[in-house]
Amino acid sequence: MREPILRLEGIGKAFGPVQVLEDISLSLVPGEVLGILGENGAGKSTLLKIVSGIYTPSAGTIHLDSEALSALDPITARRHGVAMIPQEFNLVSTLRVYENVFLGQELRRGGLLDHGAMRQRTRELLASLEVALDPDLPIERLSVAEKQMVEVARVLVNEARIVILDEPTTVLTDREVAVLFKVVRTLVARGVAVMFISHKLKEVKELCDRLLILRDGQQVELCEVGELSEEDMARKMVGRELSQVYPDKPPAAAHEASPALQVRGLSLKDVLYDIDLEVHRGEVLGLAGLVGAGRTEIAETIMGLRRRDGGALHIDGKAVDIRSPNEAHAHGLAYLSEDRQGKGLQLSFNVMQNITSLSLKRYVRGLIRHAAERRQAEHYQQRLSIKAANLGAPVSKLSGGNQQKVYFSKLLDIEPDILLLDEPTRGIDISAKQQIYQLIRELTEQGKAVIVISSELEEIIGMSDRVLVVREGRIAVELNGDDINEEQIMLYAAGARQHANCERVGT
Amino acid sequence: MNQSQNTKPAAALVIQGLRKIPLNAAILAPLVALILLFAVSSLASEYFLNTRNISNVLRQVSYTGIIAIGMTFVIIAGGIDLSVGSMVALVGVIVLYVVNAISDPVQAVILAMLAAIVAGSLFGLFNGLMVTRGRIAAFVVTLASMSIFRSLALYFTDAAEVSTRNPIFSNVGGGFFLSIPIPVWVFFGLAIVAHVLLFHTAYGRHVCAVGANPQVARYSGIRVKRIVLSTFVIAGLCVGLSAIMLTSRLNSVSPSDAGYFYELDAIAAVVIGGTALSGGRGTVWGTVIGALILGIINNMLNLTGVSPYLQGLVKGAVILLAVLLQYKRAA
Repeated sequence: MREPILRLEGIGKAFGPVQVLEDISLSLVPGEVLGILGENGAGKSTLLKIVSGIYTPSAGTIHLDSEALSALDPITARRHGVAMIPQEFNLVSTLRVYENVFLGQELRRGGLLDHGAMRQRTRELLASLEVALDPDLPIERLSVAEKQMVEVARVLVNEARIVILDEPTTVLTDREVAVLFKVVRTLVARGVAVMFISHKLKEVKELCDRLLILRDGQQVELCEVGELSEEDMARKMVGRELSQVYPDKPPAAAHEASPALQVRGLSLKDVLYDIDLEVHRGEVLGLAGLVGAGRTEIAETIMGLRRRDGGALHIDGKAVDIRSPNEAHAHGLAYLSEDRQGKGLQLSFNVMQNITSLSLKRYVRGLIRHAAERRQAEHYQQRLSIKAANLGAPVSKLSGGNQQKVYFSKLLDIEPDILLLDEPTRGIDISAKQQIYQLIRELTEQGKAVIVISSELEEIIGMSDRVLVVREGRIAVELNGDDINEEQIMLYAAGARQHANCERVGT
Repeated sequence: MNQSQNTKPAAALVIQGLRKIPLNAAILAPLVALILLFAVSSLASEYFLNTRNISNVLRQVSYTGIIAIGMTFVIIAGGIDLSVGSMVALVGVIVLYVVNAISDPVQAVILAMLAAIVAGSLFGLFNGLMVTRGRIAAFVVTLASMSIFRSLALYFTDAAEVSTRNPIFSNVGGGFFLSIPIPVWVFFGLAIVAHVLLFHTAYGRHVCAVGANPQVARYSGIRVKRIVLSTFVIAGLCVGLSAIMLTSRLNSVSPSDAGYFYELDAIAAVVIGGTALSGGRGTVWGTVIGALILGIINNMLNLTGVSPYLQGLVKGAVILLAVLLQYKRAA
């Protein structure tokens, strides 16, 4: 057994009267991956911030390299080789890859920057991670996954020995996740200790050696990953039986025969080619595919957020022309963007103002009836169990799951018939996810038509009555019944299998 | 067990209460500052509470205050308008030309007022179109139009003061109603209308949404460009009103001096009133209070005989202080 590089003893943290972390004890040895699981608010981020020196623990001691510390500051933590890759990357988007990798620790020669050496070193680092990335590219031209690799390279420059990954896979496609995992294994082989935070049980199972489960600030479990099944993990995280994450699907063909929304030959220059799809009332249609395949663009083009170059839309059999989100809303369409904070919610607005931002007209009788807005917000607060101490506080203060519920309320408040949901459960904890899945089923039971776009295969498989796989701006295949499985979807999404004329596969 | 159940909601209430205080303070802070300033001023100078002095201060405040109300909309929507000072001069010149061009005095005054409002709105429309259609940053557009408007005013008049002999014109800005100067009525009346527009109508909500995050606004079906454009028109319209009050009070306009540095006073009033320069939130009442604070400080410096050259320093210090306090609150 190797000497632990990090040991926590009875770590606790309280903010005023609120105890957010209590009596956490663990050790981390070089070359292992410790998974940390917990719902939002379970204390994961607090624990990370204590290890990286941002928060001072209110109880317990931290041993770094067998040096006992009652408190840690970011500089000491960094000196001991603690590095964190945050969810929101700290990269300067206008600078190049190598400039970011060496940001704050630039190589100099004779007082001037040694661009050549930094470029060369970056190239070597990226090569050692087996990532093909030009060190001279500006960050703003990189994909999310590539930016993450730049962060990893930065960690290597620091010669970090403890690397904290905070929900690194939320924004990645399955293929990119595979690359990241390979990189993590490379790090581990070099003797780096990794703390891996995730919502996704499967990933933890796949990548981690040991596992820490937190619930309400308490250490619920610390064990070898092999000792727990995914169901066990979920149960321990939530603290109650998760009877089933996904609600039962209705029997096939429970929906109406004529489509609520029919799209024919939709095209968007250089992005979408001849997209045909239809969705019926009472049905969940899944749109699967890799990130960048054009799924979001399909939804945004239907909504009039992008000017389509061709194609026709029919709603309940009638041809409609939609040129703006306003017109889409008027036709009973509503779109939940994948970018909740950038396109979905006004973070500085309160719960009420966000919920009524599509339906505001209804609350105006000459002037806005603020009391009616509040009543409606309270209605949704109950219906979707939104946890908000104060409906008048900005939504930025709510947790991700509760923000998402506010976003759903915003759509529901225009009583749409057809919902386009783009990554409806991104970045939210498992119990909020379950509630949202339940809500989606309730909506279809009420006769609404729902399209779910998701990069989580599990979600697509668990929720969809029918699946369209999108690849490179085209519908690759339609899957039904038992063919809605991981293998089939991946085969078509990644382009390993072509399907002539996109026939129906399966029942 | 029972006890802990009882204390929990109590603790929650305390936390909730604590959360509410800074929020209210954000709204109340400028008001408290104004009241304090008023109290100090009335102690510092025996003339301060004199009815004529108060009436004069309010009148002075009105000219920039009216403009600041328009500026509030522009800033909340995420823009800025540096051209308002020069626009006052140009609109002022147009007003006097119209007054002098028409022989019937009553007709002349009415048409001049209409001309001011139309001209101001059109100049605002120009700024707004350059920002929305031309996709140029508001700072740059209005920096340019600041130069253009002033230059036109100087060119039309050959840099000479324009005056009028119209017998009733000066009653507009120089007159009183219920012994309160007419510009002050206009200022407070406009403030009420603007407050209702901003806080109680869908339009006002949309202005805030566009300033807070234009992308979210677009995805919510708000016509972002139209909203931005409209705020510049509102600013121009307010400049029109201010120009009427100012020129009719003096019965003349100096193309080089009129509205000089008004843009700074207006922006300062908005900022002191707690409106975020980054857009997205703000209040009309805050702006009114901000304008009053600036006016009283100016008046105090005059009454206590402080060098007029130091007035700019004090004004600057107050702006910095107000913004510093806002950041403290935000953090």
